[in-house]
This record gives sequence, C-alpha cells and structure tokens, in this order.
Amino acid sequence: MGNPMRIRAKSANGETTVRVLMSHRMEGGQRKDANGKPIPAHHINTVTAKHNGKVVLSADWGPAVSQNPYLAFSFKGGAKGETVEINWVDNKGDSRTDTATIS
Amino acid sequence: MRKHLLTAMTALALSTLAYGQSDMEKGINKYREMLADGNPAELFEMNGEELWKTARGPKNATLEKCDLGKGPGVVKGAFVELPRFFADTGRVQDLESRLLTCMETLQGFNAAELAKVKYNKGEMANIRDIATYVAGQSKGMRFAVPQNHASEKTMYEVGKRLFFARGGTHDFACATCHGEDGKRIRLQGVPNLTKNPGDGIGFAAWPAYRVGNGQMWTMQKRLNDCYRQQRFPEPKYGSDATVALGVYMGVNAKGAESIAPAIKR
Repeated sequence: MGNPMRIRAKSANGETTVRVLMSHRMEGGQRKDANGKPIPAHHINTVTAKHNGKVVLSADWGPAVSQNPYLAFSFKGGAKGETVEINWVDNKGDSRTDTATIS
Repeated sequence: MRKHLLTAMTALALSTLAYGQSDMEKGINKYREMLADGNPAELFEMNGEELWKTARGPKNATLEKCDLGKGPGVVKGAFVELPRFFADTGRVQDLESRLLTCMETLQGFNAAELAKVKYNKGEMANIRDIATYVAGQSKGMRFAVPQNHASEKTMYEVGKRLFFARGGTHDFACATCHGEDGKRIRLQGVPNLTKNPGDGIGFAAWPAYRVGNGQMWTMQKRLNDCYRQQRFPEPKYGSDATVALGVYMGVNAKGAESIAPAIKR
C-alpha cells in the first residue's frame, strides 16, 4: 500500500475535471548510486480511474514519468457528491487506491 | 485552495513586475505558475498534518498541544509570526527549533539527538513534513514577525550582523548575493533580503518543493545550503545563528504574503 494521493474532482457544465497528485518515487532504473550500483526501477505501471464503477481513464506508465506524478483529466458526466476512484499499480506489485467526492 | 492559488499566482505576477523582469525571469515565473497546480509540497503537507495529530514518541502523545506562539494547538497564523520569543524556553525560536522543543516536552524525544539527524532522513523527514504543514496553515497570510520583546530586538540586530559578516574560504556574506537589488547567480535572480523583496519572495517563499532534486526544503535547510554555497562551516540545526537570520529576514519581510509551501525549479 503506497502513500496517499491527493485528489480533487470538480463538476461543471456536464463535465468533471479531476486532478490527482500521486506520491511515488518513480525510479527509472537507469540511475546508479554513489557506489556505482544501479538503483532498481520502481515506478507506476498502470493507472485506472473510475466513476461510479465505470472506468473513465486508464494509463500505461513507465520510467519516463517523473517523481510524484501529477495527472489532470476530465470526463463527461459526474455530479456533485458522486465518487471518483483512482488506482495505481507499480512494477513491484504494490498498489494504491484512493477515492474523492466530486464537488 | 483555488483562492489561495489565484492569490499566489497574482502575487507572483505582481511582485515579478515590480522586480524589473528579464525575459528569462518571465519564463521561469511562467514555468513556476504551471507547476503550482499539483505542487508535490501538498503530499508533504498531508503527511505533516497526520504526524501532528498522531501519538508518537516515548510519551506517546500528539503535537496538538504544541504552542507555536499563539497558544497551545493554534496552528493557523502561527507561521507568519515566527521567529518569536517563547517564555517557557527563554529563547527566540523559529518554527523548526520550536518543533524540536514541542517534540521533546510533549512527546519525549531528545531534541539534541533529533537536531543531529541528516536532513530528509528519519525523524528529520518527519520534522520537515510537520514544518511544511504548519507553514501551509498560514498560506496567503502576511508576515508579522514580532519585535516586542527585548530578545526579539536583539536577535534582529544579531541577524543583521550575521547577514553582513564576510567569512569562509570565499569571503562571502549573505549580503554578497542578497544585499542589493537586481542581482543574479548565473540565470537565477536572487532577491534583496535587506528589505521587503515582495509577496512570496525570499523569506516568504520557504518551505518549498524543489522540482530539480525532488526535495521538500524547509527554511533551516535553505539556510544550511546557503552556508554550503558560501563554503562556510555547517550551521547547527535550529541554532541561534540561523534563528537570528530568520528574525532579520522575517522582520524585513513585514507585510509580505507567505506562499509557503511554494514550488521552485
């Protein structure tokens, strides 16, 4: 279970805008430490966003995404009070799911 | 959050106009504005808030009774009135040295041992997050560092002396870089800290998340790194010298809007 994400979801004119700040090292796997040993890759592989149980966004990430990724997207629909759920799974099998209420 | 974001962005825009902008500085500020939404500092803030409310340490207590100058447990507005004199310790303290005091008296940690921990590691990482949370609770408020107590006035003068004192291998002082308007280091403008440099600049811009190295830096870390850049000996964490500099800069920044936790390149 990773660190909590910060999610904000706002609905306007039939569209919901979601902004997520995820907490993750996103280690690419190409860096070496002070002793010259490669630092193992540790990064998010998949991101899934759901609204009322329906997938509204899915993403395949990799070593190119930076530390503490920020993701903003919008989808049609969504009303105040409903929930948006964001889930990520990383290359070590760790995952995190957080939900937010649409305001 | 949105209101503060707009205020911060407007403040940044206004303050940079007054600064006499080069195209390069305009570019940097535009980059900062783009980054401001989704500032990773918020993750550290969230963790800090949780740490504040979690029972920890040998005494298994929370920090919710910590007096940051406005009464036990009052966090909102405390940051913009620090550093200040505290009767219980008889010292002028900044945010981080005061957190050390609270962690010792309320939670039973050994403050002297905590101060020795390397930045970003162990308990120092927790102090960093708590400091970020406390600073964030004053976001958008204006600095009002007190100068009522005799010690506060003395510390201002001490800070001023330290600010201008040249030393180290390069004969640098804080004033070497921060003593005049319009100075820069390579392509980064450096503010004049002998006076109020404007909203969200200098003292009013820390703690901040640095995108370049992905680290959350507190004021103590910023001062530590300033001394490193000047090739001075390393200052002790929360030392009187660093607090005095905070008093000097904080009083000079009277009325400036705090944008902490901010974001830097």
